[in-house]
Amino acid sequence: MESNTIISIRGVNFYYGTVRALTDISMKFRKNKVTALIGPSGCGKSTLLRLLNRMNDLIDGTKVEGEILFEDKNIYAPDVDPVEIRRKIGMVFQKPNPFPKTIYNNISYGPNLNGVSSRDMDALVEQSLKQAVLWDEVKDILNKSAMNLSGGQQQRLCIARALAMKPDILLMDEPTSALDPISTAKIEELIEELKDNYTIIIVTHNMQQAARVSDETAFFYLGNLIEYNKTEKIFTKPEVKQTEDYITGRFG
Amino acid sequence: MEEKRHTSLHYEKELQAIKDGLIYLGALTETAIRQAMKSLSERDTELARKVVREDDEIDRLDTDLEERCIKILALRQPTAIDLRFITTAIKITGHLERIGDMAVNIAEKVMLLNEEPQLKPYIDLPRMAELVGDMIEDSLDSFVKSDLKQAEKVRQMEQVIDDLNEQIFRELLTFMMEDSRNIHRALLVMQVSKNMERIADHAKGIADMVTYMVTGECVRHRACGILE
Repeated sequence: MESNTIISIRGVNFYYGTVRALTDISMKFRKNKVTALIGPSGCGKSTLLRLLNRMNDLIDGTKVEGEILFEDKNIYAPDVDPVEIRRKIGMVFQKPNPFPKTIYNNISYGPNLNGVSSRDMDALVEQSLKQAVLWDEVKDILNKSAMNLSGGQQQRLCIARALAMKPDILLMDEPTSALDPISTAKIEELIEELKDNYTIIIVTHNMQQAARVSDETAFFYLGNLIEYNKTEKIFTKPEVKQTEDYITGRFG
Repeated sequence: MEEKRHTSLHYEKELQAIKDGLIYLGALTETAIRQAMKSLSERDTELARKVVREDDEIDRLDTDLEERCIKILALRQPTAIDLRFITTAIKITGHLERIGDMAVNIAEKVMLLNEEPQLKPYIDLPRMAELVGDMIEDSLDSFVKSDLKQAEKVRQMEQVIDDLNEQIFRELLTFMMEDSRNIHRALLVMQVSKNMERIADHAKGIADMVTYMVTGECVRHRACGILE
């Protein structure tokens, strides 16, 4: 695998029962870059995102063909532990989903299960919250319930929770669609900060968000990868007419 | 290739209105040049005054079109072909407004020239004006049709105009050397020719922007390479 490639997808087909949701997808995600997956509803972008940390395993009747290489190993090989994959490839969902626990315990829950000692936990919690630019807002209320935080704060808490597992990759499935513009701006700023240390793959319906935050953009339509290129190129002079029609609102 | 319509018909109408506005502005500037030249060849000072007066409408339209483009940038956040279209439209409206100013410059020189006996019969200048008018028409036509060939034709015409300007300059120089009383009128005619040559530069500027709009490639300075 090339040194700047972190995930390489080769000839992936994906089925929900007999319905093929992704067709012969091959693409590479670059390390320490933000890649946006865009396309109309049902195009397969979220399905692809969930394939990257085996979240689709949890759905009955699904089938994957092809290979997804991470650290030179196919994550769908029989000897690979999906839990370990999900530790290295974290995920943030559309709606903030904090555990009904304290802010501190939301962060410490995963590392605790992974054997991080309570001695090191305080530092890890602080570091994760700082990385998610939430520390200053919650440092005095760490033992209060996470459910009392605002939607934007809850989403940053979920990002902090994912970061506490020290992943290599962060998958984000429409992370700001339930947030107000200010919280959205904070998350977008955070994405910019995080890419120095993490690879981020984001699914978004907001094309301007894709244009603002990503380095590379992939456009999907009806389960096919139509165009994958630098974001600047996609939003100024895409090579495929279908991409242009979609991003300029000439679709349907 | 025929563009599909936007899902938002309001947006579609806003873009079409800008296109229509540019064509109208182009027609006004083209008329201004042809009338300025007619006022010279027919020694019609009243027509020259009309060119000066009507520039206000060109300026008003320029401002109006630019404001509408800025509004689309702010409210619609255009991308890809729409982004290139809007940035091209902003540039074109600027070029057309300057062309209008140059028609005014010519008309003002004509008013002064018409106060004195005609220096020489005008042969090359009306020809130049005809070609320059065609360049504007072709450049706007290339914009409307996204026609790269037509844009290239405009670029090539620019050299013909430059050569004509040189030729007129040399001829007027001989008039000035012959008799120093010719200098004032010769300089005024030279300025008419120079303005015409600058108008051709603006028509080429429009053609360059059309190439950018269609291909995404910056050809203004050939090597500038904004996009990879």
